[in-house]
Parts: sequence; structure tokens; C-alpha cells
Amino acid sequence: MIELDYSAPPVEARSILTQFGDNIVHENLNFRLNHGEIIGLVGGSGTGKTVLMNTLLGLREPDGGVVRFFGQDRQKLSVNERAKVDNEMGVLFQGGALFSSMTVRQNIMVPLREHTDLSVPLMRELADMKIHMVGLPPEAATLYPADLSGGMRKRAGLARSLALDPKLLFLDEPTAGLDPIGATAFDELILGLRDALDLTVLMITHDLDTLFAICDRVAVLVDKCIAVSDNLENVMAYDHPWIREYFGGARARAALGAGK
Amino acid sequence: MLANAAQYELSQSGDRLTVHASGRWTVETAPNCDGHLSGDVADLDYKHVDYDLTKVEELDTAGAYLLARAIRLGREPAHSWAVAAGSDGQRLLMNVAAEATLGKAPPKERQWYDTLSRIGEATMHFWTETVETLAFLGQFFVVLLRCIRHPSKFRWKSIIALIEKVGLDAAPIVMVLSFFIGAVIAYMGANLLASFGASVFMVDLVGFSILRELAVIITAILLAGRSDSAFTAQIGAMKMRQEIDAMTVMGLDKFEVLVVPRALACLVAMPILTFLAMMSGLFGGMLVAWTGAADVSPSLFLARLNDVVDINNFWVGMVKTPFFGLIIAIIGCRQGLAVTGSVESLGERVTKSVVQAIFAVIFVNAIFALIFYQLGV
Repeated sequence: MIELDYSAPPVEARSILTQFGDNIVHENLNFRLNHGEIIGLVGGSGTGKTVLMNTLLGLREPDGGVVRFFGQDRQKLSVNERAKVDNEMGVLFQGGALFSSMTVRQNIMVPLREHTDLSVPLMRELADMKIHMVGLPPEAATLYPADLSGGMRKRAGLARSLALDPKLLFLDEPTAGLDPIGATAFDELILGLRDALDLTVLMITHDLDTLFAICDRVAVLVDKCIAVSDNLENVMAYDHPWIREYFGGARARAALGAGK
Repeated sequence: MLANAAQYELSQSGDRLTVHASGRWTVETAPNCDGHLSGDVADLDYKHVDYDLTKVEELDTAGAYLLARAIRLGREPAHSWAVAAGSDGQRLLMNVAAEATLGKAPPKERQWYDTLSRIGEATMHFWTETVETLAFLGQFFVVLLRCIRHPSKFRWKSIIALIEKVGLDAAPIVMVLSFFIGAVIAYMGANLLASFGASVFMVDLVGFSILRELAVIITAILLAGRSDSAFTAQIGAMKMRQEIDAMTVMGLDKFEVLVVPRALACLVAMPILTFLAMMSGLFGGMLVAWTGAADVSPSLFLARLNDVVDINNFWVGMVKTPFFGLIIAIIGCRQGLAVTGSVESLGERVTKSVVQAIFAVIFVNAIFALIFYQLGV
């Protein structure tokens, strides 16, 4: 069994190529997540943000290039080793992706059941602790996803993704569809969890407030690759028409004002 | 791995308990030390817990949770706690874990009276579903009468298209099914009646059963499985995408646009399909009588059918068809319109719709049987 090198960058993608038929989505894309940071991934609709996330997650094999997790090339790992790497990753999908036939608590217990030898009562208590951590009321434990509001679903999905204490958290549009109060609360939750659990977070987001409030770095996906990935000031100063338009609009200025 | 498993020592001075933890306190080591610490502190009296985490190599939420149990599980819950020594990250984790354990105990998932309450819920549910279906039926008739008074309100195009889907497209499968049913009845009859030397009576058996009951029931059940579920799924999907809301806002009546055409299509298609089912069922019986079980030639079969099976039996079967068609369409549309926003509810409603439609068809058929028996037809 491999020992993961936790000092290496949690995720590193080198010259990734993604194509669907003749349609090239990513070409020579380089990307790197550093330990402990929150990165926001932005890009226009249809630029393949979610495809990139799926590639990083291993849901999709890249058509070219390598993805390394903690210094390990994913494609060279055996099935068991991959499972070990996968346990270090938590994902919150856009709609929460909770299993609809299970209660919230059972949802959170799924990874625990699958990958640990804990006793069922302890699993239950840990699940309830995760429910508390993401700010859901204790009663939510026995509810089914269909009974939850959009915001609660996202929190429950986050609780499930944190079940195994991953080192790496992927969030796909975590604040989309939430009202501003809920979105702000969610941002603060991510920030708090990052500090408490020593997480590295990659989030796809269109929410400018989120970018300004909690992201350490912003990666911009334009022209089939990550054009720039830096702190916000440098990204905003970057000379590219799409980026200028993105950060130069009225919404961005408002968010920037609020962020400061 | 044992070398750095989760370990701890306890030391107490007065009201203060100190937990000196060492090793790895993670979700992997948790199964081995689950319950140890809480068992050790259960008999101790203390009001404050100090944690010394300097020797802990790795800590995650599961480990922190196990450690934090000491706060709650002494003889009496401790009033306060602190991380006397440890890194900032460990402090934060302990904070999170302690907050959770200091919250209330997890509510139980199941109660002993759950069965009772579910029976109660199901009864109430059955009642409300029945009432609502009848109310829906009433509303449908109101709209239907309004349409009859203003025939221009009928959407002929959509009615014809639906008749094609519900009727014509279902004809082959209905006929094939009915053919096999007729054949099976003929075989069974031939076997049983041969022991009395009366295999020619199989003609009566096939004629009565197919014409009175089987053809119409098979057709109705098939329509319930095929068209009723399709109605629910179509209308449900429209409901989910807010198309129905858009329609209402534009001043279109959802009954006029969606329910009436479907009901009329079923009303037209059901008798035709039943007639086809009857014919192919009789044909199946005749084929078996001729080639398989007994030596009853087609001409003898038809002659006997003419003699013994009264035309009334045909009408008994046919008279039920409009009722069944209406039941199927109404239940399908009602369940479709009852879909709420979620995908789960769509699946749930489709299932419900098919179950209810088949139940209603068989129930109404039993009522018809009772009525015909009393009337002596």
C-alpha cells in the first residue's frame, strides 16, 4: 500500500487534454492546488468547468496529460490504492446528490459503513456530529432528502462529503440557488471547516461574493486552459477581454465593495 | 499500526480530570478504542476536563468525538473543558466535536408505535385519495359539459393523436395477449372437460369467459400499465417544469387542454381495443380447439358459439369499456397533476397511478358482475 505524501500538492494536473469527438474542451491545461487553500474556479458557461472537476475527481479519464494526487499519478495506481486516494476526497455535487431512498443520517453513514469498521451506534453518533457541524438541526437526521429545502440539501451533501474526513473537498456551485443570507452562511461554514479540518477546497462558483469573501486564489478557465490562477488582485489585473468583462461588470464592483 | 494506535492516560486532581492522549486518533483507529475512554470515565466524579494532546500524532473528527465523550459521560456531565496543550487545529477540532456532543442526544430513528401510525396514515391516505379522485372526476365532468356546449373548445388534433397512441399503437400487443389467453383457456377447458367426455363444451367456456370478462379486463390492465403510466409521467414532467403553471397563467384550462383529450381518447380507444381483444381471444381458442386439444373444427366452433353464447355476453363485455377507459384516463391525469417539484414524487406518482388504476378497474368490474348477476344477464 502506498503512503500518501501529504506535503505534496493535493492535486496537480499537467497538460490535460479533454475532447468530445472533434470538440476540444481543454488543451494543455495545467492546474495545481496547494495545501490548505480555497480555490475558486470560474469560467463562462460551457467552458467545461464541471468536466474539469470530473477529470480531477477521476470520474473521467483525461484524453491526455496526468492528474497527480499527493504526488501520485492516478492512472498508475492499483484499484486499492485508488480507493485510498478517493477516500481523501469529498465532493458536493450541484444538487447535493443525496440518495433519495435514505434519511440524511443514513446518507452520511454510507461512506462510514463502506470504508470503516466502526460500530453502528458510533457511526450514528458521528453522522449526527457531522450534521451538527454543517449547521443542520438535529431533527434533520431522520428526514429524507425530498423533505429538505435546497440549502439544507446542500448542507446535508456537504456533511456526507465530510464523513471520512477528507483532505480535499470539491464543491460544484455550492451557493447556486441559495438566497444571499444562506449563501453567506454557507461561505462562512466552508471557511470554518477549512480551518477546523485542515481542508483544501476547490470550488466551482459563479457567485462573485463567494469569490471575494473566501477564496485564496481564483483560477480562470478561458481559451481551453487555466489562463491565470492567482490571488484576486492579480487575476483582476490580468489582461484578457473575458476576465476584464467578468470582473469589470457592475455586479463584480458591488461584490468587491461589499467584500472590502 | 499498533505502535501508534490511540492511547490515553487519565489523571485526576480534585474536580479536574486530565486526559493525556497519544497516538493516532482517527476514523481508522476508532473501532479499537470505541467505548474504552467512556467506560473508564463513567465512575469518575469531575467537573472539568483538560486535554493534553501534545503527543497525538493525528486527529480527525471521529477521534475528537471519542475524546470529547469524556465531557459528557462522567458520573455527571462536566461543566467545562479545555485543551490544555495542543495545536490550534486540534483545538478547533475539539471545539467542533464538543459542541456536537454537548447537543442533545440523537433522536431515535424508529419507534415501537411506527407500525400503528403507518397503518393510520395509510388509512387516512386511502380515504383522501378516494375523495380527491372523485372530486377530480366531478371537475372533469363540469369541464366536459362546458366543452360539449361549446364544441369549438375540443382539441381535436390532440384527441386524434392520443387515440392513435392509446388505441392504434396498443392494438398489436392487446391482440397478442388476448390470443394467448384465449388459447390457454381452451387448453384448460379441453383437459378438464375431456374427463367428462364433453370437450366440445370448451367452446362455451372460451366464448363466455373471453366475451364477458377476460378481453375487457386484459385490455383495461394493459391500458393501465401502458397509457395510464404514460399520462402520469407526461403530465408530471410538465408539472415539474412548471409548464402547467405557465398554461394556467396564460388562461388555458389544464382540464380542457390535458384531461379532456386524454379521457376522450381512452373512451374511444377502449371499446375498439376490447373488440379486437375479443376477436383475437376467440381466434386463439378456436385454433387450439382445432389443432391442439380437441378435434373441434372451426366451423363446428363457430356454429356452437352461435348456438350457445348469447349476443348479450358480448354487450356485457362492451358496456364496461367506457367506464374502464374513463377510470384509467382520470386516474392517470390526476396523479400526473399531483406531482410536486421533485423527481422522487414523479416516480412515486407513476407507481401509485398504475396501482390505483388496476385496483379501480378490477373493483368496478366486480361491481358490474354483481349488477349483471342480479339482472340475470
